[in-house]
Amino acid sequence: MSFIEFKNTSKSFGPLQVLTEVDLSIEQGEVVVLIGPSGSGKSTLLRCINGLEMITGGDLIVDGLSVTAGKKTLREIRKEAGMVFQQFNLFPQMTALQNVALGPRKVRGLSRTEAETQAQELLDKVGLSDKGGHYPSELSGGQQQRVAIARALAVKPKVMLFDEPTSALDPELKQEVLNVMLQLAKEGMTMVVVTHEMSFAKQVGTRLIFMEHGKIAVDDDPRRVIDTPPNPRMKDFLSHVE
Amino acid sequence: MQVDWSIMIDFIPQLLAGAKVTIYITVLGLIGGIILGVIAGLMRAYGGKILNAIAFTYIELIRGTPIVVQVMFLYFALPVLADIRIDPMSAAVLAIVVNAGAYIAEIVRGAFLSIHKGLTEAGLAIGMPHWQVLLYIVGPLAFRRLIPPLGNQFIVSLKDTSLFIVIGVGELTRTGQEIMAANFRAVEIWTAVAICYLIMTGTMTIALRAIEKRMRIL
Ligand SMILES: Nc1ncnc2c1ncn2[C@@H]1O[C@H](COP(=O)(O)OP(=O)(O)OP(=O)(O)O)[C@@H](O)[C@H]1O
Ligand SMILES: [Mg+2]
Repeated sequence: MSFIEFKNTSKSFGPLQVLTEVDLSIEQGEVVVLIGPSGSGKSTLLRCINGLEMITGGDLIVDGLSVTAGKKTLREIRKEAGMVFQQFNLFPQMTALQNVALGPRKVRGLSRTEAETQAQELLDKVGLSDKGGHYPSELSGGQQQRVAIARALAVKPKVMLFDEPTSALDPELKQEVLNVMLQLAKEGMTMVVVTHEMSFAKQVGTRLIFMEHGKIAVDDDPRRVIDTPPNPRMKDFLSHVE
Repeated sequence: MQVDWSIMIDFIPQLLAGAKVTIYITVLGLIGGIILGVIAGLMRAYGGKILNAIAFTYIELIRGTPIVVQVMFLYFALPVLADIRIDPMSAAVLAIVVNAGAYIAEIVRGAFLSIHKGLTEAGLAIGMPHWQVLLYIVGPLAFRRLIPPLGNQFIVSLKDTSLFIVIGVGELTRTGQEIMAANFRAVEIWTAVAICYLIMTGTMTIALRAIEKRMRIL
């Protein structure tokens, strides 16, 4: 069985159908890049994986567990699937170190000292060794997003989900976040990434998925399809992105 | 009758005793009101249909009726309906609990729901159960936003205790009235009573400002 399996998965918000009978299998070690026009369902697809949105049809299996199996199973899935948001969503009343240490303490049952030691190692990894004592409001957007990545990694997930992690950042700050993500990909982390950064897709992407109206329109090797899009709307979309 | 400010000194001990009763009702009532308000507010914000409906009904019943009617109900009607007799003091405290609780519930609900949804999602996404997200992430943030409107409610509740004159509780306003009945010194007495209230509400305001200053609103 694949690590993540969408089986005829649908999702509606009331009368609005956002995902329509999606079939998709993702193996461990893959770096899947999701693109598509606004409203095509990229975020929704990602958020179904960790149950921030509940699917309304079909099934969705993550690491052998169904997202529909109830709250407890969902928490197990969320420990295996870290998420990074466009707006960072750091906890403003906590320092960077506390943000990263919270998950391991509450979810993995580490002591404060253990959690903070591990949090410091993760901050080192994302290049923020000396920022542990800073509050989010005292950090730049790029720094905040790197703390957010460290926070997600702290729970030791098997897959990382990124929803436009660099879209809220000034161009000169995007690269420091992308570098951390490239590093993660090279270490073999399974990743599903919604992004418009085609350079990222070309460098480390193992698959590129183009979504349209809640369906997967193209699913192929990024290096092959970015330069010669197989679909006129994807071609049009890419010409606007770059 | 000539206004004679110096006689204010004479009723200070009596007024202080009345103020003590006012403070006692307010403090006990607000402690209960905060507990009730937090429970009802969280039921409104996060409870399922049934819990939400219960809290909603309670809040609307209280907000839609005057506090004087509420305390009259507790003191005079409750003993008839259920066989519960309560003394005026307990009725007064209970009235503040129930009344402040409803307003505090709305304050609590508003503060919790005003916290950006993304933070809740971030907490859930690291695998924390919802109660932990509320306790460790949303709660502390909501608390900061709670302080200004809560302070306002504290002052309202303190002044509301004066209405318990209707069931004969010997609080500050009632004390003023009693002195008045003895010597008819209206100007001096009501000035003194007003000053007592101002000192109490002023102290509350200063204390709340100090707390607000120490806590950054995030
Ligand atoms: N909570 C919600 N309630 C109702 N409709 C929603 C909700 N979330 C998303 N939608 C709708 O679902 C559709 C798909 O949204 P989604 O966020 O998945 O798109 P997207 O591909 O990520 O777009 P974008 O590039 O703008 O982020 C949109 O029409 C959106 O308005
Ligand atoms: Mg989106």
